[in-house]
Amino acid sequence: MNHIAPGARAGIYHYDEIDRRFVGERVEQFRRQVERRLSGELTEEEFKPIRLMNGLYLQLHAYMLRIAVPYGVMSAVQLRKLAEIGRTYDKGYGHFTTRQNLQYNWIKLEDTPAILNALADVDMHALQTSGNCVRNVTTDQFVGAAKDEVVDGRVYAEILRQWTSLHPEFTYLPRKFKIAISGAASDRAAVRVHDVGLLARRNEAGEAGFTFYVGGGLGRSPFIGKLVREWVAEEDFVAYLEAILRVYNQYGRRDNIYKARIKILVHELGLEKFKAEVEEEFARLRGPKYRLDPAIVAEIRTHFAPPPFEDLPETSSALERAKAENPAFANWVAVNVAEHKAPGYAIATISLKPPGGIPGDASCDQMDVIADLAEQYSFGELRVSHVQNIVLAHVKQDELYALWQKLDAVNLGTANAGLIGDIIACPGLDYCALANARAIPLAQAISARFADPLRQRTIGELGIKISGCINACGHHHVAAIGILGVDKKGTEFYQITVGGDPTLTTAIGDILGPAVTEHEAVDAIEAIVEVYLANRTGESERFLDTLARVGHGPFKERIYAAD
Amino acid sequence: MPSPDGTLHAITANRLRDGVVVFLGAAGAWVESFADAALLTEAEATTALAAAKAQAERDQFGVDLYAFEVESENGAALPVKMRERIRTLGPSVRLDLGKQAAA
Ligand code: HEM
Ligand code: SF4
Repeated sequence: MNHIAPGARAGIYHYDEIDRRFVGERVEQFRRQVERRLSGELTEEEFKPIRLMNGLYLQLHAYMLRIAVPYGVMSAVQLRKLAEIGRTYDKGYGHFTTRQNLQYNWIKLEDTPAILNALADVDMHALQTSGNCVRNVTTDQFVGAAKDEVVDGRVYAEILRQWTSLHPEFTYLPRKFKIAISGAASDRAAVRVHDVGLLARRNEAGEAGFTFYVGGGLGRSPFIGKLVREWVAEEDFVAYLEAILRVYNQYGRRDNIYKARIKILVHELGLEKFKAEVEEEFARLRGPKYRLDPAIVAEIRTHFAPPPFEDLPETSSALERAKAENPAFANWVAVNVAEHKAPGYAIATISLKPPGGIPGDASCDQMDVIADLAEQYSFGELRVSHVQNIVLAHVKQDELYALWQKLDAVNLGTANAGLIGDIIACPGLDYCALANARAIPLAQAISARFADPLRQRTIGELGIKISGCINACGHHHVAAIGILGVDKKGTEFYQITVGGDPTLTTAIGDILGPAVTEHEAVDAIEAIVEVYLANRTGESERFLDTLARVGHGPFKERIYAAD
Repeated sequence: MPSPDGTLHAITANRLRDGVVVFLGAAGAWVESFADAALLTEAEATTALAAAKAQAERDQFGVDLYAFEVESENGAALPVKMRERIRTLGPSVRLDLGKQAAA
């Protein structure tokens, strides 16, 4: 493998040439490894780490292939290729995940080299989706478009992608390492539940810098990321991160997989000692070699230049007319459309959560439609959000109605972004080899129960997140209402937590009481919602606010009263 | 988990080349349908699993081999745990996919 010095990579931004050659070489290498495995030359023990490094997991029914979508942004051409792969090599659909990735569930080992080749055709790959490396960096799905954006996180996510992809020091970390960046006033990237969470900000002089949170994470031992430095100047961005990773590499535990994440290191060393170690390393590293040259940043920024927006008025009379004429459309706009920084434009969320549907699943036909719509209405670009939806970030307000009609025609016009129907669910026992219980059927039952759009609007902002085991891929810890699948003597049970929060006011939910059956769980959720509606002071008091005010008591009483 | 007397067992794996779920059938051949799986006592299962693992080392046909419990419901064999029920059929949320779709 040809290691490219991280310095050189960050310095010269040869995305096309270097990346293509690198990805091509990796595909070729994997093709030969698969051949050797199939011929018996490699044992499973030898091969497993290799396939995991290429994003290939063995699941309940087949292999699962995880495709990286760097910082969740892709082109219509790429999405069309994903649809084609799903049709040719899978069963006509894919699953968008909370890591802003796409997963196929029915992959054959013997087909994977061909699939990786097809991906390479559109500059995609499955690297950094598995293994103890720095994983695909995630960011705000509204990046580069949101009205409340201060700094464009893609620029720094790309710098990190280049910095970490082949960095030999970061290939064998004690455990996987997840970084999220948010550059807006509201955190849509759940930064404080990542190994490193970054808030990109500006100081009074207008210069970019970063607030570093370290040691957040979910899973068996959930931790909220701790503030390690309020301000790291842009030129120190790489040096400071390198310092953190070095401290982790040096002190992180490798003897026990459950204690290997950086969250445990921060917890065991203590925040002050950890900070001191990082500062010491940072002081050593700081210098010309690790200085992030503003010229590099400027160069990378050109790759994320805004699309050619037209000069439009702030508001659209066509939009207002369509809303007045069509209440279902007006509802979709109110719920799924966010404010854009360019006048006359808007950000549209395409919900992959129709009532009774499988959260995050999209058929290849739907992917094709979305690709077409992205080309027609959003400069050929789209995003995958960490709540498993798709975002068209640059839609003219004038064209929202036409867009919605076309979405609605293929069951993609659901108006529930951020509402109770917008449920995150991991694959659970329907697909995942690690699961204790199914997650999808519960999500389906709950979203069907709350299908009524008006009822959802009345309930307001309320996130439900479901994981099929304690690994917490469904982020249940940080849900307003979280559901964790557990196995009790071979039967699926569900533990309900309340009060979690993925935004900057991060909180881990508390367990409400004993686990319940699948059937009881749906009723329990409804009971929680009813208690909330009965207790809230008004529509502006969110579920989390009511819960904070009245405590668990009324909720517990209602759910467990019959026992 | 210790199985109560009389509990039967079957042996499963994923086929290496495509990941498809397979079961150990009569006479040591791997079969795709649970209906064709050999049902074994605990002692038989232990021996058969060890033999199948040794065989898998040689022929590299299957990976992740293990034994699971089977119960009899209305005369038909059924895996005790949901995990293996789902493996023998396919995702419970997509009845059009997996082994259940072919049936
Ligand atoms: C289906 C195969 C999957 C397997 C085998 C798997 C495995 C795991 C494991 C073992 C962990 C715990 C790791 C740790 O804390 O060290 C984990 C965490 C996680 N996984 Fe998955 N996962 C799968 C699917 C998914 C999917 C579909 C998503 C996205 C929807 C996802 C997103 C995550 C997230 C966000 C975490 C929490 C990370 C954290 O602790 O900070 N995983 N996964
Ligand atoms: S939370 Fe558990 S069941 Fe769900 S995808 Fe992750 S490992 Fe599988």
